[in-house]
Amino acid sequence: MSSLNLSDNTRPSIGRGFRLQWEPAQNAHVLLYPEGMVKLNMAAGEILKRCTGELTLGEIVIDLERAFARTGLQDDVTGFLGIAHEKGWVDWEEGDGGDVSDGRWES
Amino acid sequence: MSTVLPSSPPSLTSPHSLGPPLWLLFELTYKCPLQCVFCYNPVDFARHSQELPTAQWLRVLREARELGSVQLGLSGGEPLLRDDLEEITAEAHRLGFYTNLITSGVGLTESRLRALQAAGLDHIQISFQDSTREMNDFLSHTRTFELKQRVAGWIKALGYPMVLNCVVHRLNIDHLDSIIDMAVRMGADYLEIANAQYYSWAHVNRDQLLPSRAQLEAAERTMNEWRARLGKRMRILFVVPDYYEERPKRCMNGWGSTFMTVTPDGTALPCHTARMLPGLSFPNVTHNSMREIWFDSEGFNRFRGTGWMKEPCASCEERERDLGGCRCQAYLLAQDPAAADPVCAKSPQHHVVTDAVANAQRPVVSEKPLIFRRREESLALSDEVIR
Ligand code: SF4
Ligand code: SF4
Repeated sequence: MSSLNLSDNTRPSIGRGFRLQWEPAQNAHVLLYPEGMVKLNMAAGEILKRCTGELTLGEIVIDLERAFARTGLQDDVTGFLGIAHEKGWVDWEEGDGGDVSDGRWES
Repeated sequence: MSTVLPSSPPSLTSPHSLGPPLWLLFELTYKCPLQCVFCYNPVDFARHSQELPTAQWLRVLREARELGSVQLGLSGGEPLLRDDLEEITAEAHRLGFYTNLITSGVGLTESRLRALQAAGLDHIQISFQDSTREMNDFLSHTRTFELKQRVAGWIKALGYPMVLNCVVHRLNIDHLDSIIDMAVRMGADYLEIANAQYYSWAHVNRDQLLPSRAQLEAAERTMNEWRARLGKRMRILFVVPDYYEERPKRCMNGWGSTFMTVTPDGTALPCHTARMLPGLSFPNVTHNSMREIWFDSEGFNRFRGTGWMKEPCASCEERERDLGGCRCQAYLLAQDPAAADPVCAKSPQHHVVTDAVANAQRPVVSEKPLIFRRREESLALSDEVIR
């Protein structure tokens, strides 16, 4: 499962053993994992909270662009998810839009 | 349990403002079917046999969560001996804690594990305990291995990573190769090989437990060979005894900065061994709120930051990095909780550590028998202290 398999149709979800939640005491989203915690900055929190396994990468980007009235977030989001995947924070099904060309043809 | 020190502590507290007790450890009971010679429970545990009722644990959870605690360790003793473990886990989960169970696995059944998972348990760490007995048993008897393997099978079948912790010391470290081999055969995803740390029972038995330098070097070679062979299949973490270091580590990420332990009788401590420190009173959750305990109690404030330090720490350039090391070790080895941790080469008592290390290089270090963590031994040992 390399981040190369990430396409517009991929539906990322929070990695097994990790839990994402909003912490009022820290005024931030945090990712909890066995005996540890990462405090997320705003952007990371906003991306990860959309990784529910329901939205596709494409939909996540559109939603973020709408929420923050920005465009051109695709590369940032993809880049972040690549890193997050390496750390095990997010995961996706191997086959999800696995054939990368699928995504391209559809869009 | 022996391994309540997190391998990756949340290190997000800024030095300038006191954050919440991110890490909460419940030592639910001192009862335990095992008798580990390196047990972290206080030597006088038999004199603190009272246990909080369920409702109190649940209230502490709620108050801690309000303060911002996020990680909960459920430990003991053997936490499985509390039949409200599921209830406590469920409430912790509901409140938003990440719940970690630290158990020897003795007494665990498949249905109990399922119930714990249904309650929202996030993580399990299985420890190999009584290394002189169970380990020998384990190394030589297939039956014990099969028991552990069965537990490992359930854990994996429920989708948890299999995390195995094994405390090593002079008497078992030479078996590291077989220990790792068995961990692999059990399908462990992580193996934590932690050298005993010399507090509590391990301090009582230190002469018999401190490995020699040659043993440690051999162990590191063995471990590196396995690491190379296993790659990502099983990750191995190796913790060396700090007696072989020249500088102490920050203890518990800094006194009263991140951790709080609640002992079976409700005493709240900045670390699970702090109760031994003389001249300090620690609050009890039955009388105080978590907020009062964390922010206002004398016990938690005493060694926060660097203001309490004496020389050589007070003027040391490294004081913010290690915060003077461990207060319990300072007390045990220098008889002064405000002294520099004698592991530090700058400590005037550093020779206590180097003497122990020198002694550990001898082929036969001690004629003394090992003292097992038993009730009778606990009463006898704490009697000595009282006298
Ligand atoms: S005797 Fe062993 S298993 Fe029991 S609490 Fe102590 S270290 Fe843990
Ligand atoms: S003298 Fe104290 S502060 Fe300095 S390195 Fe040693 S223990 Fe740390």
